[in-house]
Amino acid sequence: MNLKLKVWRQKSATAEGRLAEYEARNIPPDASFLEMLDILNEELLAKGDEPIAFDHDCREGICGSCSLTINGIPHGPVNLSATTTCQLYMRKFTDGQTIYIEPFRARSFPIVRDLIVDRSALDRIQRSGGYVTARAGSAPDGNAILIPKTEADSAMEAAACIGCGACVASCPNASAMLFVGAKVSHLNRLPQGQPERHQRTLNMVKKMDEEGFGNCSNHYECEAVCPAEIPVTVITQLNRDYAAASVSKAVS
Amino acid sequence: MSALDSKIPSGPLDTKWERFKFESKLINPSNKRKYEVIVVGSGLAGASAAATLGELGFSVKCFCYQDSPRRAHSIAAQGGINAAKNYQNDGDSVQRLFYDTIKGGDFRSREANVHRLAEVSANIIDQCVAQGVPFAREYGGMLANRSFGGAQVSRTFYARGQTGQQLLLGAYSGLNRQIAAGTVKMFPRTEMLDLVLIDGHAKGIVTRDLSTGKIQSYAADCVILATGGYGNVFYLSTNAKGCNVTATYRAHKKGAFFANPCFTQIHPTCIPVSGDYQSKLTLMSESLRNDGRVWAPKKKGDKRPPQQIPEDERDYFLERKYPSYGNLAPRDISSRSAKEACDEGRGVGESGLGVYLDFADSIKRLSENVVRERYGNLFEMYEQITGEDAYKSPMRIFPAVHYTMGGLWVDYNLMSNLPGLFVLGEANFSDHGANRLGASALMQGLADGYFVIPYTIGNYLAPQLGKRPSTDHPEFKKAEQETRDRINRFLSIKGRRSADSFHRELGLLMWDLCGMARSEKSLQRALNRIPTLRQEFWENLSVTGGNEELNQALEKAGRVADFLEFGELTCLDALERRESCGGHFREEYQTPDGEALRDDEHFAHVAAWEFNGIDKAPTRHAEQLNYESVHLSTRSYK
Ligand SMILES: Cc1cc2nc3c(=O)[nH]c(=O)nc-3n(C[C@H](O)[C@H](O)[C@H](O)COP(=O)(O)OP(=O)(O)OC[C@H]3O[C@@H](n4cnc5c(N)ncnc54)[C@H](O)[C@@H]3O)c2cc1C
Ligand code: FES
Repeated sequence: MNLKLKVWRQKSATAEGRLAEYEARNIPPDASFLEMLDILNEELLAKGDEPIAFDHDCREGICGSCSLTINGIPHGPVNLSATTTCQLYMRKFTDGQTIYIEPFRARSFPIVRDLIVDRSALDRIQRSGGYVTARAGSAPDGNAILIPKTEADSAMEAAACIGCGACVASCPNASAMLFVGAKVSHLNRLPQGQPERHQRTLNMVKKMDEEGFGNCSNHYECEAVCPAEIPVTVITQLNRDYAAASVSKAVS
Repeated sequence: MSALDSKIPSGPLDTKWERFKFESKLINPSNKRKYEVIVVGSGLAGASAAATLGELGFSVKCFCYQDSPRRAHSIAAQGGINAAKNYQNDGDSVQRLFYDTIKGGDFRSREANVHRLAEVSANIIDQCVAQGVPFAREYGGMLANRSFGGAQVSRTFYARGQTGQQLLLGAYSGLNRQIAAGTVKMFPRTEMLDLVLIDGHAKGIVTRDLSTGKIQSYAADCVILATGGYGNVFYLSTNAKGCNVTATYRAHKKGAFFANPCFTQIHPTCIPVSGDYQSKLTLMSESLRNDGRVWAPKKKGDKRPPQQIPEDERDYFLERKYPSYGNLAPRDISSRSAKEACDEGRGVGESGLGVYLDFADSIKRLSENVVRERYGNLFEMYEQITGEDAYKSPMRIFPAVHYTMGGLWVDYNLMSNLPGLFVLGEANFSDHGANRLGASALMQGLADGYFVIPYTIGNYLAPQLGKRPSTDHPEFKKAEQETRDRINRFLSIKGRRSADSFHRELGLLMWDLCGMARSEKSLQRALNRIPTLRQEFWENLSVTGGNEELNQALEKAGRVADFLEFGELTCLDALERRESCGGHFREEYQTPDGEALRDDEHFAHVAAWEFNGIDKAPTRHAEQLNYESVHLSTRSYK
């Protein structure tokens, strides 16, 4: 396949960025999207040009590193099934197509270089309360706490979040509600998460606001692009848990 | 040999660890924060170690090359984690997990370490449950289990096909708690490029900030490497693209012994290679072998679609050759059997390098829904990559490099021969011998980090109080300068080939000559060719841009340079181990029916290599493995 690429190039966080044009030639349809960029990068290197920088690691759709906005959509065309950029294959594109490749864009994700952004705001939100205080060596037997299968499954559904930030990049408000909702729901749906439930919810929401993420105004773009298929019901849960936590704080 | 004192505690095997813990030196709680500990790596081993040491009160600095510790390669583990809980009442015990691991490793691991691993395995599950890891549950609310290769009990705990992800997120949450508490400082996007020794003790590291290129030193009272495996020396593997040998290899060049580098694991069920543009291989979890049947056509060159090949013209070779373990034969054996079928011309798919993993019987027996519930995400992944629907026709699979049992040599304390340098997780060599059983790497990583290092580190640290050097020490300055010189050398070659093209060439060479089957001849060829390739690398490498910026070509060059030296060591180790065992299959040493032929008389030892300089022969040290509790026998899975 031959493709026309328009790729965001930006030398550093402070440099001016622009869309540069490239031709990707003789791309095998079975190659992945990132392999297509590998092929192009090899050509650029051979010419002495600087290759395009992009984040990637597992290339299996689980580490959440890869983060390209393809034709305006984080991780690419959504009519395909839920997927990450690295699990997108060229056979899903048509020969001769023009493809726009940009970084995940959001106020809270400053560009580091080319297609790489700084998503450390997501780590900082997790740090503010996305855990259960469980000291190593002090845990009771794993079967001491019975958790009905449906409950465990629903916690797992939320826990599946890969932390890529596509939800933020797709949202017109650059909101991180799906991300935060997923973490809060994962732990708040389990018995282990109950003791710290209120504090966790309040802290994570506060941190999310401090980091400059926007509000949710029910566009649901996040759910559509989420490679882990996190449903927007986690946002409903976050709102509910936040209300309950606020009331409890006011009362106590 | 004093250099290789394994420091195994005396006494009966099953009381060693208890005794060791009791006899270990404790550090006064108010003194703990006076110790600085560096942890390189934030995978299961690194994150759990950093979190636990932080929790105990040490001042920890943790480094990883990804933009977030949560993205470490452990995140990709699919199938599960073993523990001797015996929740299924099917005959499991600490003793059985211990024995299965020793036998699975083809009697090339250290008894005392493996026994300790089996002992703490149950605590790991408890710890993870307490953190909120959403393991699969039964309807009654109890933890569910599945079976993995090399075991006849069901002891594997799992979270969908995303067990590594959930365990790592658990460890990451513990790490976050400590970062918030101020006991751990995290340095993401920071690569360790050298180890600093002062008076022979590991006292710090030199790093490069991957966003800015800044070279910086960090001093500590001890250094823990939890930097994962070196499978990417083969270029194509199931490892994440960034996995590398740099941290452990630089430590090796500073004097740490590298143990059993030739013990590499080839996983039987991966998606076959489809073209030369391919950048990595994708694993299809071993758990699939619970319900999938592996077969190849009986006839050579049978190009019919699988559905048109009648039952009696199919060879379910694992069930035929290993009736008691069947499709759950261990990885090394399953991989070799698939290779054999392909070598005989019975491989499937366009390349002929593939066999089938067939779910038709399970779908008939259990229904498509049940199969979907168990493996849905794996089937989806298969579909995305190959464009084929595995509910309708069997998966095509082929072995691929997956895991490395070898690693830096460590004693019972998980300390290398360099005082103050500890090595955890896949980066060390300690527990899996010549072949690792499925679902045991996650177990080992978390055992090392949560339950072993917190006890063993004290023995080294206790007498070190107040001895931490400052980064102004000349050794730090020297190491920084060497790091800068090396980077400048990469940048100044200005040749015509990318680091990636050298890496591919090395990988192909390693796979062909030091892969699933090795011989004196193939290894000699590899040992001839690698130095030539390395020379070309240093003359014809092209790295664009400079150091003071985010430069992925430069990062890659550094890693490939190390692989080009390390590959040679791997081949040398494979050459010198004149026997077959586990994942190390030497064609000259096999039984009449093609099984690995061990030589316990000459090779029941760990080979630990000492670096003597590039282009100089390294010294091979041997740690004899003494089996007190296990009888060395020929592995049989028949
Ligand atoms: C696809 C796949 C599936 C698997 N499935 C299973 C399974 O089901 N069960 C099982 O038991 N095992 C499984 N394994 C094996 C298991 O995942 C690994 O062995 C294990 O996760 C390794 O953990 P670790 O903590 O030792 O290292 P890793 O998770 O590899 O972490 C290495 C860390 O070191 C850092 N690092 C490396 N080099 C440097 C450097 N120079 N400077 C700074 N930081 C550095 C990295 O950033 C990372 O944080 C699987 C492996 C693969 C590839
Ligand atoms: S590279 Fe890991 S999710 Fe894409």
